[in-house]
Amino acid sequence: MNGFLAIVRRDLRLAFRQGLDSLMVVAFFVIAVVLFPFGVGPQPNTLARIAPGVIWVAALLASMLSLERLFQTDYEDGSLELLALQPVALEITVMAKVTVHWLTTGLPLIVAAPLLGVLMNLPEDGYMPLMIALTLGTPTLSLIGAIGAALILGSRRGGILLSLLVLPLYIPVLIFGVSAVDVVIGGFSAKPQLLILSGLLVGALPLCPWAGAAAVRQGLE
Amino acid sequence: MFHRFANPARFLRFAAVIQPWIAGLTVLLFAVGLYLGLLASPADYQQGETVRMMYVHVPSAWMALFCYTGMAISCGVALIWKHPLADLAAKATAPVGASFTFLALVTGSLWGKPMWGAWWVWDARLTSMLVLFFLYLGYMALNNAFDDPGRGSKASSILALVGFVNVPIIKFSVDWWNTLHQPASVVKMGGPAIHASILSPLLVMGVAFTTYYLWVLLIRIRREVTANKVRALQMRQASRGEQ
Repeated sequence: MNGFLAIVRRDLRLAFRQGLDSLMVVAFFVIAVVLFPFGVGPQPNTLARIAPGVIWVAALLASMLSLERLFQTDYEDGSLELLALQPVALEITVMAKVTVHWLTTGLPLIVAAPLLGVLMNLPEDGYMPLMIALTLGTPTLSLIGAIGAALILGSRRGGILLSLLVLPLYIPVLIFGVSAVDVVIGGFSAKPQLLILSGLLVGALPLCPWAGAAAVRQGLE
Repeated sequence: MFHRFANPARFLRFAAVIQPWIAGLTVLLFAVGLYLGLLASPADYQQGETVRMMYVHVPSAWMALFCYTGMAISCGVALIWKHPLADLAAKATAPVGASFTFLALVTGSLWGKPMWGAWWVWDARLTSMLVLFFLYLGYMALNNAFDDPGRGSKASSILALVGFVNVPIIKFSVDWWNTLHQPASVVKMGGPAIHASILSPLLVMGVAFTTYYLWVLLIRIRREVTANKVRALQMRQASRGEQ
């Protein structure tokens, strides 16, 4: 646990000293969503219909864009090898890095989401399920993304490759995240969708750090 | 048996013996299957002649899933036991599986136009096959993304296993998603069981596709082994040139 907290503290400090990086993710999120009223036209009904999907897709892309930083900088300056050598299981290190990734990208996205809901004319009932679904879904995105981020270490053209690897795996989260909001707007309970999102998270929590650590290990060979 | 053929030289001898047999069997099965499917079997009372699309479409969809399963198992074996041929088998399977997936998508689309009136429907099956296609592409892209081929095969093996965990999740989730958005708008195989006159050519074609896959797999593995040998010889020559 000490090792876990030490890595979380170190990476958070690094993130704060780099300052604008995590704000950039939120800026991307907002701008990507704002493009849609220009693209599909500003009719309130159309916007309300597509709002949950657009917000979720933008959150997905924003979370993916910041994945490359997850291991890449540590890999390049060699500190990832030192992190792998320390007497803490590599799985814990990966888990700590995922936690920091969520704190610096997932959490700002959740905070920014209601604002985007207003811009996209999201029906009032939709806010609560959107926030809950994002809270349950974005950690899963960070967890799955960590595997992809570890797999591309040392490859050519990593960023583009990362999107090809990770986006297909994000689809289940997207489907249930959007449908949780849609059913509540339609007047039903979102409990099944939210339970499945929690299930995905609970499944990803032990499995993804494990696979991610295996990927980091082969990346360091 | 399993570790016996870990030796590439022994495998190559074995492959050279069985390959012509598998090739002959494939040609024979395709001849029988196509005759039964295109000429001997009746046209569907509702779908007419277009039902014959099924004899290509369904086996290629089976093979798409079969190849991914085979690939994931090979990747697991390669990671756990460092079995040299499992690596090659997974690498050789990926493009074949991707082609089967593509074939299933294309024939499905051609079949969908006259039956559903649309080239593409966001139905559970179609979507999960599309995701499967992307998983194949990701595997192949990652395999080629490293200067060191050993790194590529290890990284992509992990990806194949991760993707395999996701395949049933995708299937379930899109079922859910579909029932919420557009329930029962899709022709389903349920209801009346398939009549034997249609089922038997389908099964023959399924076996033909499988033997065809084995045939191509053998060719591709032999090619990979040879390419590895050539690379090793070139490396040796290069290092000798330096001295």
